[in-house]
Amino acid sequence: MSRINDEEVRKALDKKAAYGADIDMGRYDEGEKDVEQIEDLSDTPDDIQKKMINVGVNTDDSDKDGTILFINNAMSHCSNRAQEGLIIMSTQKALEKYSWARDYYWKAVDPVKDKYTAKTYEERSDGYFIYVKPGYHLKFPVQTCMMLEQNKSVQNLHNIIVVDDDASCDMITGCTTIHGANDALHVGVSEMYIGENSSLSFTMIHSWNRETAVRPRTNIMMKKNSRYVNNYVLLDPVGTIQSFPTAYLDGEGASCSFNTMCIAHENSNIDTGGCAMLNAPNTGAEILSRNITYGGKMIARGRLIGNAPGVKAHLECKSIILKDGGVTQAIPELEASCADVEMTHEAAVGKIARDQIEYLMSRGLTEDEAVSMIVRGFLVGGIKGLPANLQKDIDAAIDKASEGS
Amino acid sequence: MSLLEIKDLHVEAGGREILKGVTLSLEEGETCVLFGPNGSGKSTLLSTIMGYGQTSVTSGKIIFKGTDITNMSVDRRAKLGIGMMMQRPPNVIGVKLGELVKVTAANGKGTTGHEKEFKMQDFMERDVNVGFSGGEIKRSELLQLSAQSPDFVMLDEPESGVDIENIGLIGKKVHELIRGTDDGRKNVSAFVITHTGQIMDYIGADKAFVLIHGRIAREGDPAAILDDIKQNGYGVDDE
Ligand SMILES: Nc1ncnc2c1ncn2[C@@H]1O[C@H](COP(=O)(O)OP(=O)(O)OP(=O)(O)O)[C@@H](O)[C@H]1O
Ligand SMILES: [Mg+2]
Repeated sequence: MSRINDEEVRKALDKKAAYGADIDMGRYDEGEKDVEQIEDLSDTPDDIQKKMINVGVNTDDSDKDGTILFINNAMSHCSNRAQEGLIIMSTQKALEKYSWARDYYWKAVDPVKDKYTAKTYEERSDGYFIYVKPGYHLKFPVQTCMMLEQNKSVQNLHNIIVVDDDASCDMITGCTTIHGANDALHVGVSEMYIGENSSLSFTMIHSWNRETAVRPRTNIMMKKNSRYVNNYVLLDPVGTIQSFPTAYLDGEGASCSFNTMCIAHENSNIDTGGCAMLNAPNTGAEILSRNITYGGKMIARGRLIGNAPGVKAHLECKSIILKDGGVTQAIPELEASCADVEMTHEAAVGKIARDQIEYLMSRGLTEDEAVSMIVRGFLVGGIKGLPANLQKDIDAAIDKASEGS
Repeated sequence: MSLLEIKDLHVEAGGREILKGVTLSLEEGETCVLFGPNGSGKSTLLSTIMGYGQTSVTSGKIIFKGTDITNMSVDRRAKLGIGMMMQRPPNVIGVKLGELVKVTAANGKGTTGHEKEFKMQDFMERDVNVGFSGGEIKRSELLQLSAQSPDFVMLDEPESGVDIENIGLIGKKVHELIRGTDDGRKNVSAFVITHTGQIMDYIGADKAFVLIHGRIAREGDPAAILDDIKQNGYGVDDE
């Protein structure tokens, strides 16, 4: 990326985003930077703990290599159990401590992209910084929790994840509101860099409130033979969320997969998806999106861009509509600038076939149970290898949602 | 009181009358077979008894265990003790066979853990019916019914499409479904559609009905009726 022009960034402060409703950022106060410090994770207050678990982040971190908790705009807890191979701290601290950290600062995401990135740049927002050294394969996942506590505020975060060459890392990140924060805005810029022969698996679980606005901005830079897996789960009501993470497969043989699972409740406005820029030979991508609409607005996007020979990619957007009233849209896009590519897509929107429901009912399941079972299978089928405790949350959320319908 | 009584049942499907006044009864512990040419309405009759929504009853009644079930939901019929093997069950994407067998047993009276007996142990993690062969579908349906253990079981062509080796397995399992594993303990009633009568070698039959053009044309001794059909056909011209 060329040098950042501060003047241009300033101009971008009111630049509308390409997708999603425009948000008046002036409505929100700045999020606090002075937050309670939790030294020992087991001392986490009960209410916070409960919320963390709800988004897949565990205060029993015996099977985690690192844990970070952010509350509003500052870090509240940071621990590193892997030590040797892993650097984990806040982004601003990393920038102070390591001159090389600058090589990853605003190098994947352009601050002038839209008002949200520009604001994050202007604020010099903090976030988590995770660096896995070359040759290290983290044994356990690193978990991060971003908690939004202050109503009418904006939580502005800037995260950086670097998995250097021949290394691997699994991450679980949960973002959620607490203490009545509802009408608030979460902006999260995430820049990810995956080295040669390295892999990063990134599972993100969101649980917001009925009026919360959410604008993540994520790009992933991928080198030769690297692998990226992105799982995104959104089961609870939200005001508006718009996100379109983009992977740049710049190294030969790199591959990525995006798996998205959303429930659009009444009054929720969800616009999610993923984009893969297949810029190098023999790169591959799979984008899978499985969604349920209970009267909300659901847009599932997927974009594959094939710019090199030997590219193989598949895109699948499927939505089940369980309640009238909302809007469900599947927008698959394929684009190629090269003849030797194989890119396919599949999209489907509709209700569950009646004969399937009745078939299960003839085995003694009630109609609701039959619908839940099919919905659960449909959603979960889109994401492979989810943490076991998350599976339970998904079941509970689906049951809750079907009761409400 | 008969276990199942059907009174002058008229049924429509796809805007057309398929069953044109069916009356029959089936006693407790009885095994009845249903013969009839292709398209005569046999599957429609069983689906209507189960309550599947592709069919709609325009007049007549279905009484089961003394209760009018004509307008009852499918799951309530299942809870009353009715179970069915469909001729062509739907694919249920996302639902694993093992998962379905488990909830079926939890809702029914049967048990789990029998997949090996049905040669279905490699199918438990697969989506129900998705990509199953004809014979595999029959074994899967029977496995589910064994978990359900209904008091009244309807089987739509249990032997069709089953190879010579597996027919013995299907016959044995259908027998167990009706009579139990130690003979005579169970006394389940059955209503079985068959074209060849082959399944009767394994379960016997007390009574036969012949359905032609949506009406019961004949009723009586199964062996005699089957012989007659084999020799003389159904005696109807294609409409
Ligand atoms: N949903 C439907 N829409 C339109 N026609 C239907 C529908 N269901 C059944 N039919 C028609 O009703 C008639 C009876 O069908 P049914 O499946 O009951 O026949 P069957 O006796 O079981 O035949 P087979 O021996 O071939 O299985 C057929 O002509 C079939 O095409
Ligand atoms: Mg039939």
